[in-house]
Amino acid sequence: MNHLNKDTAAGRMLKQTALIGFALLILVPVSIVILASFKQMTDLFENPLGWPETFSLTNYVQMFSEQHLGRYFLNSTLVTITTIACILFFSSLLSYAIYRFTGWLALVLYGLFSAGMIVPPQVNMIPIYSLVSDLHLTDSLIGLIAVSISVFMPVSVFILSGFMKSLPKEMIEAAAIDGASEWRTYAQIVLPISMPSISASAIFLSVMVWNDLLFPLLLINSGDKKTLPLALLQFQGEFMTNFPLIFAGVIIASAPMVIAYIALQRYFVEGVTAGSVKG
Amino acid sequence: MKQSKTLYLFIIPGLFLYLLFFVYPTVNGLILSFTDWDGFSSKNWIGLENYKKMLVDDSIFMKALTNNLKFMLGVVIFQTLLSLGFSILLVKNSKSNIFFRALYFFPTILSSISVAFIWGFMYNPNVGVVNNVLGRIGLEALAQNWLGDPELALYSIVFVQVWAHTGQMLVIFVAGLQSIPEELYEAVYLDGATKWQAFKHVTWPMVTPAATIVVAYTTIQSFKAFDLIFALTGGGPVYSTEILSTYIYHTAFQSSEFGYAAAQSMGFMLIIAMITFGQFKLLKGNRAS
Repeated sequence: MNHLNKDTAAGRMLKQTALIGFALLILVPVSIVILASFKQMTDLFENPLGWPETFSLTNYVQMFSEQHLGRYFLNSTLVTITTIACILFFSSLLSYAIYRFTGWLALVLYGLFSAGMIVPPQVNMIPIYSLVSDLHLTDSLIGLIAVSISVFMPVSVFILSGFMKSLPKEMIEAAAIDGASEWRTYAQIVLPISMPSISASAIFLSVMVWNDLLFPLLLINSGDKKTLPLALLQFQGEFMTNFPLIFAGVIIASAPMVIAYIALQRYFVEGVTAGSVKG
Repeated sequence: MKQSKTLYLFIIPGLFLYLLFFVYPTVNGLILSFTDWDGFSSKNWIGLENYKKMLVDDSIFMKALTNNLKFMLGVVIFQTLLSLGFSILLVKNSKSNIFFRALYFFPTILSSISVAFIWGFMYNPNVGVVNNVLGRIGLEALAQNWLGDPELALYSIVFVQVWAHTGQMLVIFVAGLQSIPEELYEAVYLDGATKWQAFKHVTWPMVTPAATIVVAYTTIQSFKAFDLIFALTGGGPVYSTEILSTYIYHTAFQSSEFGYAAAQSMGFMLIIAMITFGQFKLLKGNRAS
């Protein structure tokens, strides 16, 4: 934008200071935590801000062997992948139907799911707990997955139906002339062309499901079914002051998302904008 | 193309799960709120008892409500201003700008529990980094018990929430700003406008849709801040960081008062509806002008 060239030297310096300041505000705590995970407790207390005296992997080893983090990692992976796959499938079908329906049904469906986005899950956490308990699905990954699918589906429906609205109607006309069924039009025309939107939705949802604490906290009790966020929360009770050990857990739990972010950064951003700004 | 009946089949799986595990509980919550359910035994009808208690006899509920509003206000104001400010600085797609934007967005992908552990350590009064650094640069006097001081704790958490989510809102603002046509700025500068006037007459009106979304999104997010607060302070000290969602959780799972918690949830939903509606009216009015 041209008007930014009307900066004074002082203005530019202020700008740089602000930008670098916030950058440090993010980098410093994160770096400290990463470095701390390779230290022992005494090392951390003597030297919180610096490079580890002795670089040690004991925290990571302890996390996997004694604390069974591998098991929780597996649980998180299973829950996240299953939930996302189901949401993408069901919500794309729903969005396609909303796109194809004319009249009140489309509006009702769209409104129903949009309203779901505004309702925080904490509002119905008690009745959801009551229902899952009545269905005898507490402490099961299936129960957690079913609830996660239902609770996070509105976002995907919102993103995908928003995208499909922008598709030209001629596409459907052409398919009709070729005698295609609804299923074929959905699977072979609309779905492939919606891939960018589906990818953005998938990434956006993955972050939410992988990082979710509320529903595992609500629905899972026993040790071997915990997901990573719940496991980390409970480590806090057991290892209140062993920061390096907890930080190793944090890094292990965050690693998949961080790696995905570095590799697929564009989709993370698209997910945010698609979920909020139309078109 | 004529709609075929198979479309109705398309909506069944998603709609079934959504109605069962989301819509039905929302409605059932209302029914639960009229009972005295403790989580185990039978659910007995007690009419409006829970609501009376909530409005008249529960100072902690009122405290949680005020905390929630304070938290929401703090987060919305600072997060919106900060992300808008940075978006103006970072609107061009230069390499360094793209780097900064990517860096600022990074905390969003961390789980709230990870963020809570990072800042729990940073804020630790004895071994934490904040007080450590203050001490080293001679500002020991400013060192506080960031999360243990009832006056300060909530605002310490506001800071963390803004730290974690500014980058996300930044992205929305950048998208909004980048859609403003250059010609508008050129025209205004040709007429001799200052930077501030350009902002007031071109940037601000054109960025209002994005601002509306950011404010609404941030508001909802601040009501959802359960994970962060639960992990950082659990609502303490002395309920100074207890917000509605953590209080509802404690009422149910610590005090075994599920019926009462359901009533609180209804109150919570009503408050959110009022705030969302209020914001909508306010910002729609602004847009018309």
